[in-house]
Amino acid sequence: MAAWKGLTTNVLSHETAIYENSFPVEGGTYENAGHVSSQIKALLKRMKISKEVVRRAALVTYESEINICSYARSGKIVLRVTPEHVTIEAIDEGQGIVDIELAMQEGYSTATDRIREMGFGAGMGLCNIKNFSDFFRITSEIGKGTHLKMVIRIDKDFDGI
Amino acid sequence: MNLENIVKALNLRVVSGEEKLTAEVLGGYVGDLLSDVMANSKEGDLWITRQIHQNIVAVASLKDHAGIILIQGCKPAADTLDKARKEGVPIMVTDMPGFEVIGRVYNMIATKKGPDPSP
Repeated sequence: MAAWKGLTTNVLSHETAIYENSFPVEGGTYENAGHVSSQIKALLKRMKISKEVVRRAALVTYESEINICSYARSGKIVLRVTPEHVTIEAIDEGQGIVDIELAMQEGYSTATDRIREMGFGAGMGLCNIKNFSDFFRITSEIGKGTHLKMVIRIDKDFDGI
Repeated sequence: MNLENIVKALNLRVVSGEEKLTAEVLGGYVGDLLSDVMANSKEGDLWITRQIHQNIVAVASLKDHAGIILIQGCKPAADTLDKARKEGVPIMVTDMPGFEVIGRVYNMIATKKGPDPSP
């Protein structure tokens, strides 16, 4: 199953990456949640990318990281930066999503009480990711895992959401 | 309005990030749902919550908050405190209920930004 927002043409593969790296994320624990997001935020800041783009990239990475911590066995975040775009992919090995359309609805969540008590699992994560990305695609296979792709345009005149 | 003014006025106990008390507080945000705080809070906000687990430090740090106030006698978990000290995120605690904390912080920030609403 899949759902997406924005362009579907693969213009990005023609752009030369100025930075590319993969960061492992541990599933089933919140102990290091937010660690990859912090690293990515610091990296993008050092690249002198605008505050607004850094803020959006940090948000979509954080929400993806929390999803891997909450629902997957293991996963990784792949960051790719070109002069025009920041691309973040979250790829996990886990239970997958049964109904993507439902999962994309604000307020819908399959989170356990334990997850909710911590202030996660409010059914906002995927909506946040979609809202803060210029391009967003989600694909999932039950029993195998979920793949999110988020692209944020590096637009120097962008005023924010 | 810096953090220290608010700490003194509300008699908050600072448990981490003492070195950042001179930070400017630009606004405030209230919430216990982390996705809500991630999406809607802003840089320089003072975040008021009753969540105590270590993920609040990651959120405050990612969003460049001025600090976190834990209300109603909530105390940060041990690993929260460790992380906050390591990352220099100010956490303040108080026995006051949220309603009172929010009202007083709001008044301090609002009166600093515009005309004093109280006579």
